[in-house]
Amino acid sequence: MKDQLLTGVFHLLIIALMAGLYFILPEYHSGVLARVMVLAVYAMGYNILFGYTGLLSLGHALFFATGMYGLGLAMQHLDVTPSIGILCGLGAAVVVSAVIGFLALRTTGVAFMIVTLMFAQAGYLIILWLGEYTRGDEGFVIQQSQRVLNGVDLSQPDNRYFAALILFAISLLLIGWVVRSGFGKTLVAIRENEERARMLGYNVHRHKWLAVIISGVLAGAAGAAYALLFGYVGATFATVQYSIFPLLYVLLGGAGTTIGPLIGTVFMYYLIDLSSQITSAYLLIAGVALILLTLFAPQGLAGELRKRVFRWLP
Amino acid sequence: MEFGPHFFLASLEGAVNAAVLALMAVGLSIVFGIMRVVNVAHGEFFMLGAVIAWWISTLAGGHPAVGFLFALIAAPLIVGAIAAAADHFVLRRINYDPERTIVATIGLLYVLQQTTLMTFGPEARPVEAPFNKRLALPWFEKTADGFSMYWPWGLSTTSYKLAVIAAAVIILIGLWLFMTRSRIGLIMRATQLDREMALAHGIPVDKVYALVFGLGAGIAALAAVLIVPIQQAHYLMGHDPLLLSFIVVIIGGLGSIPGTIVAAIFIGMSDGIISVFFSPTVAKIIATLLVAFVLIFRPQGLFGKRSA
Amino acid sequence: MAAVTLLSTSGLTKQYAGLTAVNQVDFELPAGQIRALIGPNGAGKSTFVGMLSGRIESSTGQVTFDGKDITKLPAHRRISLGMAYTFQITSIFASLTVHENVALAARRASGRKVPERVKDALTRVNMADRRTHIASDLSYGHQRLLEIAMGLVQSPKLFILDEPTQGLSSSEIDAFVTLIKSIAGATTVLLIEHNMDVVMATADYITVLNFGEVLAEGTPQEIRDSAEVQAAYLGTSHA
Repeated sequence: MKDQLLTGVFHLLIIALMAGLYFILPEYHSGVLARVMVLAVYAMGYNILFGYTGLLSLGHALFFATGMYGLGLAMQHLDVTPSIGILCGLGAAVVVSAVIGFLALRTTGVAFMIVTLMFAQAGYLIILWLGEYTRGDEGFVIQQSQRVLNGVDLSQPDNRYFAALILFAISLLLIGWVVRSGFGKTLVAIRENEERARMLGYNVHRHKWLAVIISGVLAGAAGAAYALLFGYVGATFATVQYSIFPLLYVLLGGAGTTIGPLIGTVFMYYLIDLSSQITSAYLLIAGVALILLTLFAPQGLAGELRKRVFRWLP
Repeated sequence: MEFGPHFFLASLEGAVNAAVLALMAVGLSIVFGIMRVVNVAHGEFFMLGAVIAWWISTLAGGHPAVGFLFALIAAPLIVGAIAAAADHFVLRRINYDPERTIVATIGLLYVLQQTTLMTFGPEARPVEAPFNKRLALPWFEKTADGFSMYWPWGLSTTSYKLAVIAAAVIILIGLWLFMTRSRIGLIMRATQLDREMALAHGIPVDKVYALVFGLGAGIAALAAVLIVPIQQAHYLMGHDPLLLSFIVVIIGGLGSIPGTIVAAIFIGMSDGIISVFFSPTVAKIIATLLVAFVLIFRPQGLFGKRSA
Repeated sequence: MAAVTLLSTSGLTKQYAGLTAVNQVDFELPAGQIRALIGPNGAGKSTFVGMLSGRIESSTGQVTFDGKDITKLPAHRRISLGMAYTFQITSIFASLTVHENVALAARRASGRKVPERVKDALTRVNMADRRTHIASDLSYGHQRLLEIAMGLVQSPKLFILDEPTQGLSSSEIDAFVTLIKSIAGATTVLLIEHNMDVVMATADYITVLNFGEVLAEGTPQEIRDSAEVQAAYLGTSHA
């Protein structure tokens, strides 16, 4: 109970901080932060599976793209409102993550990584193949006039920032609650010692499956929000690179911490953003970061903080 | 062109594909078989081989064959050395933990690819083949008085493409002899069977691992040198071969060299043939899904034996 | 004995690629009993309990627990019917605290009053003062005790212990014997054990396995006096 309360207060402070930053930061940076918050939700979803359950997926771009295209295609071709579009994105993410999870969880370890990678690659190729509807690599734009949710124009920077903040806040509070719940603690137990968890009577397979679905739905929510807030849907978001990004964010920020994904996304986004102003080979920084993190700080920033200073960090 | 000659042409293209793919995949398979790690940067070693071949051929000047021959020897050695260094400075330090190795080699992939982009640039650059004689090919047709031979328009290949197939076969045989007959090959296989035992017998496992990782990368580079006169060098060219060799290694049974070669011929030929008749995207969708389902339902590979 | 049967097997068999590890075992365990399962190495003890707990799939035969046929149930379902299991090789959540290790076991069994029940279980194995320690920092003996606490906290109907005293010091073994005696009656215990002193001190009844078959069953006194058992087991390994 005390844990739950402390976690809740800590997360509310983070949310307040993100809200306050809008009034302090210049417009360019609040624009970046809106994007970062949406991507952080993606990373938070990834973290549920990788950080808490110990399953390393290389195919999360599939779930992100499912949310994005679920919303985008429905709005583009069926002319639905944004709120119905969001439901389409989330619904598609539930179905796809449930099916992929069910299949991929028959494997473990390296095979799980490759199977998720292959499913995501197939998803990317299917988007290209259905170019008639998806416009393939080129993608399509969701018109500004369509991006009005309950009378709020989401293409406006201030509305966009606070819409991203609301999504981020809901996700953070939800995850804080999940990881402090019995369910979340069981996920950690599975990560630590799967056989022991099974022989305590936990249905390991079902827990992992639910973790994939929660993780996939958060990724899908981020994808749908990205499309709606920034008005663009494209196959780039389904590439392997977008499966690697959340892994990178989470590793950098700290796997298995609620705040790690945000920290990792902020740092990595700015690093890549800055280096892309200098060179077109901006992904070099991602490569170097991945190698250095595996070698020297497998716990990530928040993980090292928890180990050394704040034992209570959720 | 009619179906018969068209199919023959597609098979020839497929055979070139299969030859290069077999080399690539065997490199990946040796690394997985002996070190039990998945090298995601394998495609970038292939790409480096092609880029180095271009670099050497422009430096060498004179007859294209001179630069090409140099590249054939130097590119695998340089790439192998880079890979061995990566093994020494990165993989060894994370104890070849399977999952962390994948993350680290993803990092390596970006480092190699982006460094190439910074130095070599985003253009695709050609390398001239050492010889490239166009060979028209005959086909048979049934006429009133039995079969007769004719030369359909467009049915041709080049002497170089045939040489690539021959070279791949020779390299694979050489590799097989190296692994089964040579002392180093035996040591490698001993390490594969039992790492602890090998250590106990005084085999320098660290050095063997660096050598194996270098060898795998070197073979990929060699495959790239062979294909670059047909394909051109480009900093993103490692992506598709990586995916295809993954597919081959998994379908052939992880770590099994004969299975890998059979699968490479199967996938290389069918990819070549299918892409002539159908959309290459559909072919790729089927191939990637096939890999996923093989891993889920038949993890020993389509051609592998079920181990007890 | 008039007590109800908690666990029974009939014709339980396990074959591995032509090798029969456990052959046609009929076994009955009355509720409340402390039963020891002994036998020389390779007699099939671990395979047998593996089939009871569901970690190993049986080839043929039937397992009945608490009146239900559980032969086809997966391990986690059997555990949730009221079995607890400790591994032969210590298996705990190494990076979590002692408290969280036991709490994980307690929460699954029932989500109520977890902290009290954890404290109670830790007190019974004399580890209440170590509840905030990280499990991997504990000594080997304490890790084994922790695993026993993880079993106790589930208040199981049947507690299966696979060689619990292996590697313990003699004072730790004495404490273990006292602990097992204290839960006698309330909990049915199936104990796989090599240490004959522990077996003689705790067991109500003993089953001897040899070459995958039941060689003998009886009270400790009967087993001690059986020439057959002496020849097959005691004679060879304690000669």
